[in-house]
Amino acid sequence: MYEIVEKNKLAPEIFHFEVKAPEIAAKAQAGHFLILRAVEKAERIPLTIADYDREQGTIDIVVQEVGYSSQQICDFEEGEAFLDVVAPLGNPIETEDYDRVICVAGGLGAAPLYPKVKSLVDHGAEVTTILGAQRAEKLIWEDRFADLSEDLYIATDDGSRGTEGFVTNVLEELLSEDNDYDAVIAIGPMIMMQAVSDLTAEYDLKTIVSLNTLMVDGTGMCGGCRVTVGEETKFACVDGPAFDGHEVDFEEQRRRKKFYEEHEEEIEEHHVGGEGCRVQAK
Amino acid sequence: MLEVKAVVSKQSRTEMEELDPRVRVNNFAEVAQGYTPEQAVKEAKRCLQCADPKCMEGCPVQIDIPDFIELIAEEKFDAAAEKIKEKNNLPAICGRVCPQEDQCELKCVLESTGEPIAIGRLERFAANYGEDEVTKPVQDKGKVAVVGAGPAGLTAAADLAKMGYKVTVFESFHEAGGVLKYGIPEFRLPKEVVQEEIDQIKKLGVEIQLNKVVGKIKSVDELMEQEGYQAVFVGTGAGLPKFLGLEGENLNGVYSANEFLTRVNLMKAYKFPEYKTPVYVGNKVAVIGGGNVAMDAARTALRLGAEESMIVYRRSREQMPAREEEIEHAEEEGIQFQLLRNPTKILGNEDGFVTGLECIKMELGEPDDSGRRRPIAIEGSEFEMDADMVIMAIGQNPNPILLDDSPEIETTDWGTIKTDEVGQTTKEGVFAGGDIVTGAATVIEAMGAGKDAAEAIDEYIQSKDDN
Repeated sequence: MYEIVEKNKLAPEIFHFEVKAPEIAAKAQAGHFLILRAVEKAERIPLTIADYDREQGTIDIVVQEVGYSSQQICDFEEGEAFLDVVAPLGNPIETEDYDRVICVAGGLGAAPLYPKVKSLVDHGAEVTTILGAQRAEKLIWEDRFADLSEDLYIATDDGSRGTEGFVTNVLEELLSEDNDYDAVIAIGPMIMMQAVSDLTAEYDLKTIVSLNTLMVDGTGMCGGCRVTVGEETKFACVDGPAFDGHEVDFEEQRRRKKFYEEHEEEIEEHHVGGEGCRVQAK
Repeated sequence: MLEVKAVVSKQSRTEMEELDPRVRVNNFAEVAQGYTPEQAVKEAKRCLQCADPKCMEGCPVQIDIPDFIELIAEEKFDAAAEKIKEKNNLPAICGRVCPQEDQCELKCVLESTGEPIAIGRLERFAANYGEDEVTKPVQDKGKVAVVGAGPAGLTAAADLAKMGYKVTVFESFHEAGGVLKYGIPEFRLPKEVVQEEIDQIKKLGVEIQLNKVVGKIKSVDELMEQEGYQAVFVGTGAGLPKFLGLEGENLNGVYSANEFLTRVNLMKAYKFPEYKTPVYVGNKVAVIGGGNVAMDAARTALRLGAEESMIVYRRSREQMPAREEEIEHAEEEGIQFQLLRNPTKILGNEDGFVTGLECIKMELGEPDDSGRRRPIAIEGSEFEMDADMVIMAIGQNPNPILLDDSPEIETTDWGTIKTDEVGQTTKEGVFAGGDIVTGAATVIEAMGAGKDAAEAIDEYIQSKDDN
């Protein structure tokens, strides 16, 4: 069992958990992910390790309620424990050889981006961060990024904070003035990572994206996390989860994300149906 | 004596009850029902109790077959179970999934009559008996780590525990059992049966740590240098599914058999939405491959509600690597066989879902390295067939996680671990066995390798202690 030592609400529907897992904390690095099975009947859910504290023996995850399974995780409280956590999985991200990097997050992507920025800064890189969200209240960890970044830019879809528009609007403006960067790291929704990669391709600027694919085991065994990178099929769990954004077939990934849309509806109905029955019983 | 043999062999093999195919395609209940005590005794009495029993030569774990059969004939069922357990820690599993027709039963003197003793069925029967209480052996001979709680790892662990070692098994999944849990379906091997045998192994003092991926959370070096394990057995299995590299292979509705079966068996997607792991099931399912895993996948798809489920195999029926029993069960349940067909492309719609399969017809040429006639594509014979789900059951490559982390353990060109005949790898104190050494093979072969390695590990540790 993996005890929750702290839970915070970061934004509407977005929760941060600090989980006791000393063995994992001892080995975690920026870019690793974990697989969590909250209760016996739950799915195995891949989540990026958003931070870790080796001394305290804790790891951090950030979860947004988007469907039944993520909501089930978000209903856990401090003192309770998740049934299974497997980690560290995937490959750590290379952060040692950079001087100037732009890091871009869309929505919940800020959580997986955070350990990369932290590691880049630890290795002496100068990081410019662009955080995007639908609206101001959905921004997460702005203070954390402000502490680490040389410059921090915000973009919201409705203009409630920072630039009105997408992170790519900000990125384009930055690059048009000065494109002397070593790399861009972009994490967020597929469509956002695709837009960033399309833009940076014009500047011939190395771009790393991190994919949150469908997955069962996380060790290469199922192949459910297949992604076309260049001409090859890769497994996100053992070959990634970070890939060259200019090589990833994002269209394919967006289609794959919709594989279980009908099942998700069925789960929702199953649980709503249950409540309906109780109402009838009254 | 010859006269007796002739008389006995006239009596035919005792049949085992099976669920009606029309009923069983709608559920996940076990197909083969097992012998009743009367049936078991009747079958056991057919055994000739050969002075020089050949059956034992066919058993990778050297079970004392005539003795346990004689005990069944004498209705000493508990004693029969104990006799088997002297050599085999997983009898209920082996009785169900071993290919006895290629092993013990093939060597039975009655095999030539076409009616060998049903050794597998008798083993399965006996496994229902025996002592529940296991005396934990004194474990003061040292510490051994086992990586992977599949058939090879569990066997090595149990044997080492019995020899007096303190054994810890590291398993990456949230349940022990490996392919016995995630791969072989409930209707062929109930998971409760698997768990009971694992629980027996735990009673021997074997500790199983779940959710631990060796090579990630700990390295082999750390186990040996920091945690004091004197030897490590690597039984991590095949675990990296092969794909054909076809156009359309990443469409929604294309699974590896590993993923499809893991979702259904380990994650219990057949009980969705009570269990939350979803599995996609098409109306017309094409399973590529001709092994046991392909049969399992095709039969599972049917049980999940597919209207049609077919096997697409590039050779003919005779060359199928699946057990005859499995092929027959599949046929009875209405699985269709598209033989001498090889997929060349998977077709999809604009939403990214599978709509069909393009195949090419094949013919058989000269025998290849495996001794089977090589399938050759007939030029220009491509054709399309409807399918909205495709499952790739064409084998697996070895999983690289532990090996990438331990470069001293040398591998072959196929990525399997190099070992000597007893399982010693190129790294001192590290032994390996099962699919990670042989490539995808059978449960019992993996168990045999685990058994051999346990002995070799004991010898290795004792020789070091002597110095």
